[in-house]
Amino acid sequence: MQARWLLALAGVLIVGAFVVTRTVDNRYVYFAAYGILQYVLLATAWNILGGYTGYVNFGTGAFFALGAYTSVFLIQAVQAPLVVLIVAGGLVSGLLGFGIGYLTLRLRGVFFSIATLALAVVLETMMVNWEYVGGAKGISIIRPSAGPLFTNYVQLLFVVMAALAMGAVAVAWFIEHSRIGRGFATIRDNEEAAECMGVPTLRLKLLATTVSGCLMGIAGAPFPYYITFVEPVSAFNLSYAVNSLAMPMVGGTTSWVGPIIGAVLLGTLQQLATVTISSELNLLIVGVVLVAFVVLAPEGILGLLRRGTRRTRA
Amino acid sequence: MGEPLLRVENVVKRFGGFQALGGVSLEVQPGERFGLIGPNGSGKTTLINCISGTLRNDEGRIFFRGQDITALPAHRRTWRGIARTFQIPRPFGTMTVLENLRVTLEYAARERARAGDPAVEAMEILAGVGLDPKAGAISGLLTQIEMRKLELARAMAAKPALLISDEAMAGLSSSEVDELLEILLRLNAAGTTVIMIEHIMRAVMRFSERIAVLDAGEKIAEGPPDKVVSDRAVERAYLGE
Repeated sequence: MQARWLLALAGVLIVGAFVVTRTVDNRYVYFAAYGILQYVLLATAWNILGGYTGYVNFGTGAFFALGAYTSVFLIQAVQAPLVVLIVAGGLVSGLLGFGIGYLTLRLRGVFFSIATLALAVVLETMMVNWEYVGGAKGISIIRPSAGPLFTNYVQLLFVVMAALAMGAVAVAWFIEHSRIGRGFATIRDNEEAAECMGVPTLRLKLLATTVSGCLMGIAGAPFPYYITFVEPVSAFNLSYAVNSLAMPMVGGTTSWVGPIIGAVLLGTLQQLATVTISSELNLLIVGVVLVAFVVLAPEGILGLLRRGTRRTRA
Repeated sequence: MGEPLLRVENVVKRFGGFQALGGVSLEVQPGERFGLIGPNGSGKTTLINCISGTLRNDEGRIFFRGQDITALPAHRRTWRGIARTFQIPRPFGTMTVLENLRVTLEYAARERARAGDPAVEAMEILAGVGLDPKAGAISGLLTQIEMRKLELARAMAAKPALLISDEAMAGLSSSEVDELLEILLRLNAAGTTVIMIEHIMRAVMRFSERIAVLDAGEKIAEGPPDKVVSDRAVERAYLGE
């Protein structure tokens, strides 16, 4: 029942996004909104692994950039259409996620996190040295025409990203409300006990890393068209890792709503800061907010709300 | 005697240079109440870790219902009907008590008979151990006795043919010990084989039909409770020369 309402809401939002493109003309609005939606997608993807199973991934940048570079490669090679790019980016990063999943056999806790960080460095070095996709100096990407429905390509990307973010949230919602999600939670709470209660932990962890990686790759796939110039430092930027971790933590990691709240809040805050103060201030803001939440409200905004309602009920 | 439910054959477990189990063999019959005792560090928990699959034994084999399960991961052993509790309770701490049981019912009891709605069934099991008033509580915030009961209830939710209780009663008051004993006896009467590891002699003696004694990774005695406690080797292991 709830699922049907949410699906309807998602549909309304996507149509709404499309209607907006008919009425608002300012390109910056779409550029900024795309950025925030991209973070909704990334934060949701991160949370499927980090929030639900408790494995903290510091390598969001790697999965994101792999999606972006898969696109660069396919644009260079065959001028592949956007749909193909998104599917391919998801597949390649999903595959990487599957590989990372096997690391969880030996690496737990902070050691897993360090490995994901190292992964990002390794992949970045590879891209720096791969001339075909631009190497260290980067590569310019020319946007195709926006087609008859949109006046410019950023509008199209905005609607596409809205749909992708919604899709990711739907995946997270489904996982959370299924047996799979409850299995994920047992892994987060106590992996050994989970295994003894019949939860096939390795299989579930592989599923989590694959789905999470796949969604991050999907987030990165339209990136070359969004930014029109791809180079390793920006594609692998640490801010993706920091943000996609901070947003669910600020919003609340145990529910699909948390990453959305965090992404909209922090994403908007950063956009505002970029425009009004300076673009260098972004990570500082994220850092301060994250520290404040970890210390004062470790369960995020959702945790605060829950505590609030409990108190009023009591 | 027919085919044993569990057969442990010459199991050896080493941690680096330390041999925790030096070739332990034992058999547990279907429906039996089996006690496992021994001084601290004698290898009791290591043995049940090997039986439940939390640890892999270095040598020897383990059979359950006649099938070799030595190479199976823990969750597959649970699917076949072995469930355990942990000495130090390990609840799924962010979930409610009811959810702890529900997820176990969904995963552990899946291949074997599971009757109806897992939420309803979980509630029945909770009522059986007297934890039903706490069904909605976050399990990480329970008291010690409640957590011990949850450990038992969760293991029961796995619908095991063999339940291994690892020091479920340590640190509890005498009336609480009786309460847990009652739960285990009832479970056994309903057909579940139980291996009880316990330091509280009163409880093991009352519960067990047969007892095995471990000392320094070796089985030094086995038999009916009254025979075992009068055994010279057992006395030596517990009290010294």
